[in-house]
Amino acid sequence: MNTALSWIKAYVPDLDVTPQEYTDAMTLSGTKVEGYQCLDKNLEKIVVGQIDKIERHPDADKLIICQVNIGSQSIQIVTGAPNVKEGDKVPVVLDGGKVAGGHDGGPLPEDGIKIKKGRLRGVESNGMMCSIEELGSSRDMYPLAPESGIYILPEDTPVGADAIEVLGLHDTVFEYEITSNRVDCYSVVGIAREAAATFNKPFYPPVVAPTGNGEDIRDYLKVSVEDTQLCPRYCARMVKNIKLAPSPEWMQRRLAASGIRPINNLVDITNYVMEEYGQPMHAFDYDQLAGHEIVVKRAKDGDVFQTLDGQERKLDHNVLMINDGEKEVGIAGIMGGENSKITDDVKTMVFEAACFDGVNIRLSAKKIGLRTDASGKFEKGLDPNNAQAAIDRACQLVEELGAGEVVGGIIDIYPEKRTEKRIPFDADKVNSLLGTHISREDMVEYFGRLELKVDEQTGEVIAPTFRQDLERPADIAEEVARFFGYDNIPTTLPSGEATTGGLPYKLRVEETARNIAEFCGFSESMTYSFESPRVFDRLQMQEDCRLRRAIEIFNPLGEDFSIMRTTPLHGMLGSLSTNYNRRNKNVRLYELANIYLPETLPLEKLPDERMQFVLGAYGEVDFFDMKGVIEEFFDKTGMSKKPHYDPRSGKPWLHPGRQANVVYEGTVIGYLGEVHPDVADSYKIGEKTYVAVLDMPALIPYTTYDRRYEGLARYPAVTRDISMVVPKTVMVGQIEDMIVQRGGKILESCQLFDIYEGAQIVAGYKSVAYSITFRAKDRTLEDKEVNAVMEKILHGLRGMGIELRA
Amino acid sequence: MKEQLEKIKEEALRQIESSEALERLNEIRVAYLGKKGELTSVLKGMKNVAPEDRPKVGQMVNEARELIETRLEETRQALAKKAREAQMKAEVIDVTLPARKANVGHRHPNTIALEELERIFVGMGYEVVEGPEIEYDEYNFTKLNIPEGHPAKDEQDTFYINKDIVLRTQTSPVQARTMEKGKLPIRMISPGRVFRSDEVDATHSPSFHQVEGLVIDKNITFADLKGTLAEFARELFGEDTKVKFRPHHFPFTEPSAEMDVSCFKCGGKGCRFCKGTGWIEILGCGMVHPHVFEMCGIDPEIYTGFAFGVGLERIALLKYEIDDMRLLYENDIRFLKQF
Repeated sequence: MNTALSWIKAYVPDLDVTPQEYTDAMTLSGTKVEGYQCLDKNLEKIVVGQIDKIERHPDADKLIICQVNIGSQSIQIVTGAPNVKEGDKVPVVLDGGKVAGGHDGGPLPEDGIKIKKGRLRGVESNGMMCSIEELGSSRDMYPLAPESGIYILPEDTPVGADAIEVLGLHDTVFEYEITSNRVDCYSVVGIAREAAATFNKPFYPPVVAPTGNGEDIRDYLKVSVEDTQLCPRYCARMVKNIKLAPSPEWMQRRLAASGIRPINNLVDITNYVMEEYGQPMHAFDYDQLAGHEIVVKRAKDGDVFQTLDGQERKLDHNVLMINDGEKEVGIAGIMGGENSKITDDVKTMVFEAACFDGVNIRLSAKKIGLRTDASGKFEKGLDPNNAQAAIDRACQLVEELGAGEVVGGIIDIYPEKRTEKRIPFDADKVNSLLGTHISREDMVEYFGRLELKVDEQTGEVIAPTFRQDLERPADIAEEVARFFGYDNIPTTLPSGEATTGGLPYKLRVEETARNIAEFCGFSESMTYSFESPRVFDRLQMQEDCRLRRAIEIFNPLGEDFSIMRTTPLHGMLGSLSTNYNRRNKNVRLYELANIYLPETLPLEKLPDERMQFVLGAYGEVDFFDMKGVIEEFFDKTGMSKKPHYDPRSGKPWLHPGRQANVVYEGTVIGYLGEVHPDVADSYKIGEKTYVAVLDMPALIPYTTYDRRYEGLARYPAVTRDISMVVPKTVMVGQIEDMIVQRGGKILESCQLFDIYEGAQIVAGYKSVAYSITFRAKDRTLEDKEVNAVMEKILHGLRGMGIELRA
Repeated sequence: MKEQLEKIKEEALRQIESSEALERLNEIRVAYLGKKGELTSVLKGMKNVAPEDRPKVGQMVNEARELIETRLEETRQALAKKAREAQMKAEVIDVTLPARKANVGHRHPNTIALEELERIFVGMGYEVVEGPEIEYDEYNFTKLNIPEGHPAKDEQDTFYINKDIVLRTQTSPVQARTMEKGKLPIRMISPGRVFRSDEVDATHSPSFHQVEGLVIDKNITFADLKGTLAEFARELFGEDTKVKFRPHHFPFTEPSAEMDVSCFKCGGKGCRFCKGTGWIEILGCGMVHPHVFEMCGIDPEIYTGFAFGVGLERIALLKYEIDDMRLLYENDIRFLKQF
C-alpha cells in the first residue's frame, strides 16, 4: 500500500520527521515501510515565472524566445514548447538548478538533470520552463498538464514563489507492507493512527458531518439481505442530480500518489474513501435498478454474469450476488455488473458500503478468477462498524465537491452488531512472557495511544472492533512489546533444565554417505521431488512396474512437475545431461533424495518416504568404480559382511549385461549398472554412464558405528596362488563364495590377481588366478593343515567345472 | 724393515687421499689390510725379525694399520657425504609442477549451510528432528493455527495431493508432531524440504528447504528468543553481527517478529548488497501462539515457548553471494566445485 506523507499528516498534524526517521520508527513499531520516494528529489531552484513576452527565434522555426518574470528579475529563456503564451505562469528551473527527468517521461536518472544557461541556435537562454514529466511526475497525478509541453500553473499563483511547493511536490510517498492480521492498516486512517501512536502525537481522524437533504432514502429504495451470514452489514445511501466533473487537485494528487488514476469526482470519491477508510464502496446507477430495489443473495448454480469489464463469469450457489428487483447486478465485494455500471449520463446513484464474509469472498474471487482491489480488502475480513462511517464520509465529500445532492437518511441492514472485545490483562503475565519489567502505567499509556481502553474493575482491555487481530493476552503482550520497543527487550538465554542435542542416527549414516561419495570424487546434487509422468517411458520402465504408481499432485505447476518421484534416476540423469550438454568432462554426482511410494492410490495415508543414496557418473569411470564407492560406504558404516552382486536385477533402464542388485545378508538393498545406451541417448548423454542406487531404509539396520579391536596378527600367514581355467559362465563371485565357504576359519583373504581371455585359452573359458591367504590367530599354521583346506577348496572348484592350470 | 713399513704406510695414505670413489677405498683396504695385503705380508715376514725387535716392529705395524684404518674411515665418510650431496643435486624437482589430487567431490552449498546451522543449534542443546514431506493438512495448517479458510493457506500457495494431504509448505508440522508426543521440555530444530507453488525464477523455487526451531519450557520469554537468535546470528555471520527485531505477523506465533542482521558485507554502513539499509532480513520468529499449544495438548498456562524459521537457500545465497536460485538445482559441476 502506497500513501503520501501529506495525507497522513492531515490526521497527525504534529508529525515532524524526516522520511528516514519515519521509515525506521514505523517499521520498528510494526508498520513496515518497504521504501519511500521523495517527490521533490532532484528538483532544485525551480520557481514560478510569468511569461511577459514571446518572440520568434530568428534562426529556428521551432524555437521561441520568452522573457520570463521570476519575481526578482526577468530572464530570457528559449524553448521549443508549443503550448505557452504570453501571461502564462509556469515552473522555471534557473541556471544551476536541477530537474528530475526528461520531457519524454522515461525512467528518472538517479541524480536528475542539471540545468545550465547556454545558447540555443545563438540566442542566450538562462533557464528552462518545465513539463510535469521533467518535474518527475505524470499526467495521472496532474491531469491538467498538457499532453506535451510546459505545465501551466493557475492564474492566481504568486510569481517568484517556490514552484515545487505550489505543485505540492514537497511530499514523500511511502510504500508499506501490511501484515494480513492488520486489516485496519490497509487504510490511511489506520496508518495515521499507528503513526500517531508511534511518535506519540495527537491523532485527529476525519470529522464526518451529517449530510443529506430533507428527503428519505427509503422513499426511493428498498434493500433486503437474504444471507446475513455472508453479508453481516449492508449500508446504502443515495445521491441525485449528479454533476460529473474532475475532482479537485488535492484529491487527484492523493489518489495518484496511492497509485490510483483519477477519473471523475464520483469515481474518485469512492476510491478516496476506500483508501482513507479501507472500506470498498460500490456505486449503482439508480435508474438501472429494476424495481428500485436491492437484494443480496446467493447466485444459482450455472448462472452466467457479465461483469463491468465485459467478461462473462460462471457462478454457483456459493457466490454472493447483488440483485435488483429482477436480475443480478453485481458480484458482492468483487465487481459490479455491466448492466448497472455508472455512465456519463448518470443522474441518480446508490452508494453501497457493505461488509461481506472474508473467506467467502476469497473463495469466490478464486473460483471466478477475478481478484480486485475491493475483494482483496474484503477477504481479510472487514470491520462492519466501519461501513457507515465510510459511506457518510463519501456523502460528505459529494457535498463538499458539489458532485450532487445527497438524499437524506441511510438504509442500514445490520442485524447483529459487532461489539468490542474484552481481553484479560495482567501486567505481570505480560512481563513474564516478554522477559521485561515494564510498569503497568506504561502499558496502559501505550493502550491509550491505540484506542484500547482498560476496564479497571475487571482488569480487561477493551479492544475496538477495528482491531480484530486482538483476541488473547498474547496479542495484548505484542501491543506492549511494539510500543516498549522490541529493541528495548533484553536478550537472555533460556534457563531451565539442560538438554542434550544431537542428530538422529539416520542423519549420521547420511553424513557418512556424503563423506564417502565426496572422497570418491562425487559432488552433491539436488533435484526436485516432483517430475513428469513421462519419465517412466523415458526410463523404459515395464508397463506393470510398481514404480509407475506415483502420487499425483492435484494442482501442479505443469505436467513436468506433476508426480512425486518414485525413483531418483530422472533427477540424476537430468543433472548429468545438463553437465554433458555444457561440455563438462568427467562428471560424478551423488544425491540423497527422497522417493515417495504410495501404499494405495488414490492416497489415503501418508506414503512411504524412502531416502535414496544415488550416484551417477560419466567419463573416466566404470562399473567397478561405482562398486568401489558402495563398498567404501559399507566399510565406513560397519557393514562388514561380504555384499553380493546379483546380475539378475532386471532393470530395463540399465545395460542388460552390466547391472546387478546389491544383496546384503540376503536382502536387496540397491542396484548399480551402466545406463542402457537407449536411455542415455534419450538424455542426450554421449558417453557410457553409470548409476548406483542404495535404499537407505533397507541398509540402515545393517549399519553400526560400534567397533572392536581384534588385535594385530602375531603368527605368519601362508599364501597359496592358484591359477584356473574357468568356464566363461562362472562368475568370479561364485569362485570367491566357494573359497570362503570351504576356506573355514583359517582363511584370511582371497585376492583376484589375474583374469584373462584370449589366444592361449580354449574358447568358452577364461583364465582366473587367485592369491589365497591363510592365518591362524593362535599358532603358526602347518603346511599339512593348509594343504587339507586347499584340497577342499579345489575339490569344490572342480565341481564347478574349473580346472587348475599347470 | 722400518723403512719398508714407512713406505707402505705413505703409499697407502697417498692412495687413500687420491681416492674418488667408495669402491676404490675397498680396493685399498684389501690391498694393504687384507689377508694378502701388504701390511699383512709384513707381519708374515716377522719371523725374519730378531726376537728382541719383534714387539717394536709389531707396534709399528699396528700403528700403521690403525692410521690407515682411520684414514680409510674418514675418507669413506667424506666420500659418502659427497656422494649424497651429488645425489641430492641430481634429484632436484620442479616443485611447481601440477599436484596429483584425489579429486575429492564437493558438498552442495545448501548442505554446507544446513550443517553449519545444525552445528550451532546442536551445540546449544537442540535435537534435530525430521518429519514427512508429504503431510496431512491438519499438521501443516490446522494445528498451527491456520484453520480452514485462513488467508495464509492461500498465501502459501500449497500443492495439494487431495483435500487432506499436502506437500508440506513449512517444516513446522514436525514441531506439531513433536509437541503432540508430549515430552517436555523441547529444544529442537526441524530441517527439511518444503514446497510452495511458485514458478521457478532467480528468487523463487517451488521446492526449497527450511530449518525451523522450537523451544518449549516453563518461563521461556521473548527475551530468551532474542538472546538465542542473536547468538545464532553471531555464530553464523561473525562475532560483530548485530540483530534487529521488527514486529511481524505469523499465525503460529504471538508476539511475532522478523529478525534482520547487520549487513555482513558492509558491516551495516549500507551497500548494494543490503540495498543501502545496512540490514538483511534473515528469519521470522515469535512466541508460540497459545492456541497452538492447546491444539497440541500443552497447557499454555504452564508452558511458554518460542519458534523460528529460516530459509536455507536464503542463507546459502546470502553467505556465498549466489545471485540466482536456479543454480542450486541445476547441478552444474562448475558451480558445485566452488563450495
